[in-house]
Amino acid sequence: MTAASPRQAAVPLPVWQAGGTRMGFFTDSSICIGCKACEVACKEWNGVPDRDPAWSGNSYDNTLRLGANSWRHVAFVERHHPDQGGGLQWLMSSDVCKHCTRAACLEVCPTGAIFRSEFGTVVVQEDICNGCGYCVSACPFGVIERRQDDGRAFKCTLCYDRLKVGETPACARACPTESIQFGPLDELRERARTRLEQVRQEPGHEQAQLYGADGSDGVGGFGAFFLLLDKPEVYGLPPAPTYRRSELATMWGMASAASMLILAGVVGSLRRQRR
Amino acid sequence: MSPGSHGTERAMVPPVQPRSYYGLPIVKRPAWTIEVPWYFFVGGATGALAATAMAARRSGQGRLARRARRMALLGSLVSPILLISDLGRPERFLNMLRVFRPTSPMSVGSWTLVGLGSALGAGEVAEQLGLPGFAVTGADTTAGVLGPILSTYTAVLIGNTANPIWRGARHLLPFVFAGSSLASAGAAVCVTSPVGDAQAGRRMVGWGTVLEQGAGLAMERKLGDLARPYREGRAGTLNRWQRFSSLAGSALVVTWGRRSRRAAVIGSALTLAGSAALRQSIYQAGFQSAEDPRYLVESQS
Repeated sequence: MTAASPRQAAVPLPVWQAGGTRMGFFTDSSICIGCKACEVACKEWNGVPDRDPAWSGNSYDNTLRLGANSWRHVAFVERHHPDQGGGLQWLMSSDVCKHCTRAACLEVCPTGAIFRSEFGTVVVQEDICNGCGYCVSACPFGVIERRQDDGRAFKCTLCYDRLKVGETPACARACPTESIQFGPLDELRERARTRLEQVRQEPGHEQAQLYGADGSDGVGGFGAFFLLLDKPEVYGLPPAPTYRRSELATMWGMASAASMLILAGVVGSLRRQRR
Repeated sequence: MSPGSHGTERAMVPPVQPRSYYGLPIVKRPAWTIEVPWYFFVGGATGALAATAMAARRSGQGRLARRARRMALLGSLVSPILLISDLGRPERFLNMLRVFRPTSPMSVGSWTLVGLGSALGAGEVAEQLGLPGFAVTGADTTAGVLGPILSTYTAVLIGNTANPIWRGARHLLPFVFAGSSLASAGAAVCVTSPVGDAQAGRRMVGWGTVLEQGAGLAMERKLGDLARPYREGRAGTLNRWQRFSSLAGSALVVTWGRRSRRAAVIGSALTLAGSAALRQSIYQAGFQSAEDPRYLVESQS
């Protein structure tokens, strides 16, 4: 997190900031088999509405994107690689809300409906959200969305209800290859670094990279991060997602200057009319 | 396919190296509806009119002050209607005032609108009841200070998103909105005042349009390739319209508008239409910018 102002320091810090345990996901796409058990388990546990089946034509992906009604989404990328069977390499990865350290959706929410849980996750309170839609445009990953027939915003809760009773989130529990791993974020990051070294040795995986695994990126690191086998944009992920309060402060500075111009324009226009 | 693995067969299409995920959008399209750009327009003019009322009161132009305040009051009553009807759950609009969150421009804006509307209402009531002058001046001054914030915070609101065409212009958008608000407030003064009484309005139209169009051009230049939506599709059409309408309207206001009431009204109408079309164009550009993932990837590589 950015340095808290004295005013904010009065509010008790979430457990994970006060030295408690921040929980998260490590999605290791190198062992994802594209079974979509995570998508199904998530929908069933969280009661996420389904939709009429439709074929996209984009490989085996008919979910297409994360949204109000899809909190896990398995991407299927078909790319050329000379060393792989038939010259085709198939990349699969299960995408999810990143539970950012600096979460734009949470910061811009005007009602306080989006909050930081004691597990360091980012959760929407459905009894408070009034569907203003600001989080939808603010999210650098295009994760959160307003549900059409409902009007409120929905996204992955990292199974807040299951975490509360010490259970593993539904998607991680259902994943047959442990491509989705759940646990304390520090441990997961450590494990991911070791895993990346292994994966890089394998032929065709030279471009393997961790995405969101440390605090150096534009959102201060993800609570749910990934091991990817190609560039993020190939999976439909932004290359450099960013949210910073300092940028907002600069914008307010610009708006103040612009406001002064309005005042100057008005006062200047009214002058000399005094007769 | 590698040629060796399939005997004499040769690949007839180049090897696939995806640059995006099937060309699907990365960030979401705005969830907002058409009320939002209309609110940008109405709220912008309202804020600048509140500033006009304050300046007029302080320079002893009571008639102009009253006129400007009443128009601003009307705007501050229309604004919440537009905002509430855009909500996914309109019946929960009061949740906007559940917290004050400095990191959310929408929260700051909601409180500003409430404060501005109250101050304008208080000024009007104080004057109607014949309360002492300082009460009226106090209310008008409060409104006049909050007004320009209402005119420009909406630019911060959209600049503080992940949308490439808004985020990329986040430092210039407040100036575009400020100019547009000043011009439309001036036009509103011109429409409601006789020619001899509207010199201030004409100047506001002139200076406002200079700022609006100048900052608008700077914004497109700053955006570079990201500005393409301002030249294509609906956002492009609206952008051409707003430029023509604003420039023609303000030129008419500051020339013939000085002598002819009819020219002043036509010119002001064009200026107002230009300001509204500008907000529509910026709003629409947000959709076009989100729909093509190339903009987002370009802006981040």
